[in-house]
Amino acid sequence: MDTVTQSSETTRPSVGENSPNKQFIEIKDLSFYYGEAQALYNLSFDIPEREATAFIGPSGCGKSTLLRNINRMNDLIDGIRHEGDIRVNGTSVYDPLTEVISLRKRIGMVFQKSNPFPKSIYENVIYGLRVSGRNKKSELDQIVTESLQGAALWDEVKDRLHESALGLSGGQMQRLCIARAIANQPEVILMDEPCSALDPIATGKIEELIHELKKEFTIVIVTHNMQQAARVSDNTAFFYLGKLIEYSTTENIFFNPANPQTEAYITGRFG
Amino acid sequence: MSSKTSNYQSDRPRGETLVWLCSAGLALGVLMVVILLGLIFWEGLNVFWPKSVVEATLKEDSSYKLGEFPTVAGVVVKRQKNSRTGIEEWQLLTGNKDAYGAMFKYIDTEEIASLEYPEGIVVAERMEYGNSIFYPLSLTLRDGTKLSVKDADFWPTFEHALEEVRHRYHEIHELEKNTIGKINRKVNTLTIKQRQFEREKAEGKTLHEKDLKKVEDRISTLQQEFGILAAKAKELRAMQNDEVLEYRLSSGQIRSQPTGDFVGFHKPNEMGLLDKIGFFFRHIWSFLSERPREANTEGGIFPAIFGTFVMTVLMSACVMPFGVVAAIYLQEYARQGTFVRGVRIAINNLAGVPSIVYGVFGLGFFVYMVGSTIDQVFFSDRLPTATFGTGGILWASLTLAIMTVPVVIVATEEALTAVPRGAREASLACGASKWQTIQRIVLPASAPGILTGLILAMARGAGEVAPLMIVGVVKLAPSLPVDGIFPFFHLERKFMHLGFHIYDLGFQSPDSEAARPMVFATTFLLILLVVVLNLGAILIRNHLRKRYATSTF
Repeated sequence: MDTVTQSSETTRPSVGENSPNKQFIEIKDLSFYYGEAQALYNLSFDIPEREATAFIGPSGCGKSTLLRNINRMNDLIDGIRHEGDIRVNGTSVYDPLTEVISLRKRIGMVFQKSNPFPKSIYENVIYGLRVSGRNKKSELDQIVTESLQGAALWDEVKDRLHESALGLSGGQMQRLCIARAIANQPEVILMDEPCSALDPIATGKIEELIHELKKEFTIVIVTHNMQQAARVSDNTAFFYLGKLIEYSTTENIFFNPANPQTEAYITGRFG
Repeated sequence: MSSKTSNYQSDRPRGETLVWLCSAGLALGVLMVVILLGLIFWEGLNVFWPKSVVEATLKEDSSYKLGEFPTVAGVVVKRQKNSRTGIEEWQLLTGNKDAYGAMFKYIDTEEIASLEYPEGIVVAERMEYGNSIFYPLSLTLRDGTKLSVKDADFWPTFEHALEEVRHRYHEIHELEKNTIGKINRKVNTLTIKQRQFEREKAEGKTLHEKDLKKVEDRISTLQQEFGILAAKAKELRAMQNDEVLEYRLSSGQIRSQPTGDFVGFHKPNEMGLLDKIGFFFRHIWSFLSERPREANTEGGIFPAIFGTFVMTVLMSACVMPFGVVAAIYLQEYARQGTFVRGVRIAINNLAGVPSIVYGVFGLGFFVYMVGSTIDQVFFSDRLPTATFGTGGILWASLTLAIMTVPVVIVATEEALTAVPRGAREASLACGASKWQTIQRIVLPASAPGILTGLILAMARGAGEVAPLMIVGVVKLAPSLPVDGIFPFFHLERKFMHLGFHIYDLGFQSPDSEAARPMVFATTFLLILLVVVLNLGAILIRNHLRKRYATSTF
């Protein structure tokens, strides 16, 4: 088994030969600081293309921080600093030449709390296109249809596209946010605990959707829910106190963890 | 049983008494506001209600006689105990200032032999000397016929005569104000041109000889036109004096006055409830729609309402964009540090600077600096008459805008911080730039809060008087700041303002007792105007709130 742990290896861990897909997101020696406080310690691993990769770990372990570094959402916070690099499809996200706006168009994001805009469903989906100045009606119509179908929401809302998005149920809102993310035709979709505020039925729908989405997109999902990680992801990374403890295929992590800390967390003995 | 209850009582929470204190504080506040508003509301509306005229027959040897008859007619304004003698005395509004020398008369009730509410007594509103209370005797018409009050068609004829008088009055006003005013303005422009040509001629340029002639010709035609119109106005004025009303005062004097001196009349003692209600609303309408007369103590206050409204709207239009833009930079773009904190403290302190200081600043900066510069650059041919270099509605609005901008900035900042982080992040994650996020998501979501700031600013601005007194408000403005004469908006004009009007009526008028009802009515109106402006803004805010409510779940 090529399961590796951060502590014992100098080379970058990856799920490597287990995955037929190329390594899409490469994280190299990444350390990250909020002011003086270090949040991430020297992380290095690769995330393969068109697979779902889950980040798990107890609260405050840095999984969301890492996720928000991939599309540089952390830029909003004052006094942040990083070392190392993240490359998405070969380009560094920190490269001064990388325009953060186009980066975010290539890397969609779905948040813990669904946050549709107080606009119509239609306008919500095409928000990313509107801000890029794409206004052709026929093109927008087509993208709205495709995105909503992609997010498994089309049948529920096709008759009320121009009504306010705030009239949707919680699960529908979250799927609308997914539709909004895929309308930009991104390469990666980051999901930050997308189901933590949803009931089991809505959660089930989103999980099904993730299975569909990973055929087209590279998906990174942060979750607190161990079963969810086991159900939806192909690979799992376990973080603890800002360090990557173990990274492998989900199967390995859950049934054959190499690190006793991982095993303790998964079996619920701490965290 | 008593021991049992006392056991439980010992655990009663002690702090609950404070709740009573808090509610008492609130109740006191509410009570004071209700009393203030109630007083203004009651007194303000009471002005317009027609009141019965009482005629008191005095005792034989009374010293209160106003004429040969021992009777005094008037409206009872106040009943009070004389502090010295302890006798109840009434303040009567007797009117007829021209005959009696005063509008009011105090009478000891002990001097009164009998009281009645006589029929046939008339209260007439006049152009000068306030109201008159009298018994009409006869009306002499233009053709010389004399109608006695006993004739059947006396009242219709009198009413018709007053109708004509009012009509003629408006005609004269229209003629003198607009038609002749227009000619005057044309002549003024031409005179300026003429002077310019003459100057050039003196400098040796012969180029404009022909033009000069043309201008002179044009001026003389206009002056002829002016002569014709002025003669017409004079003729109309003369006609106002053709018909004469003869009347007897309650105290016995017999007087006659041309109908042109009257504005309207009513017979309060013969009015039914419906008549009174009708009179009430007509009276209110004329108060709202007419120009003031007699040093503002009579007539309406339309110019003051209009001036206040235009000034407030102008102020809002200036303060809104300015305050919002400043707040956006401060909140969204500026690096939060010591400097920005300092700026914020300074803004909060600006809100506490006395308004008169802003007035002085407005006078120094806007009027003397900016205004004079504008005059020198654009209106040099009109100098030394100042155009913008003197107080005017534009400078007054800008002064108030500066005064209220801290309110808008603070409210806007607050509204911007209240926009949930999730909404911004969602927009940024879609690839929107920071400005796009502010423009499309943050501003719409914070619009209700921003409008709250504007409401506060408007309420403060509309009620402000002190700074206005030195940057453009006048007791009586000859024309409105917006009218039908090109370029329609005359922002350099001086204007009238309800707040200043109250001060002027209450403290600067020749007969403050007579102006008292007007003070209440004007105060009532100012409060009403502020309420209407606020309601408008609140309605818009609620509409926006519904539209841009951010998701909460």
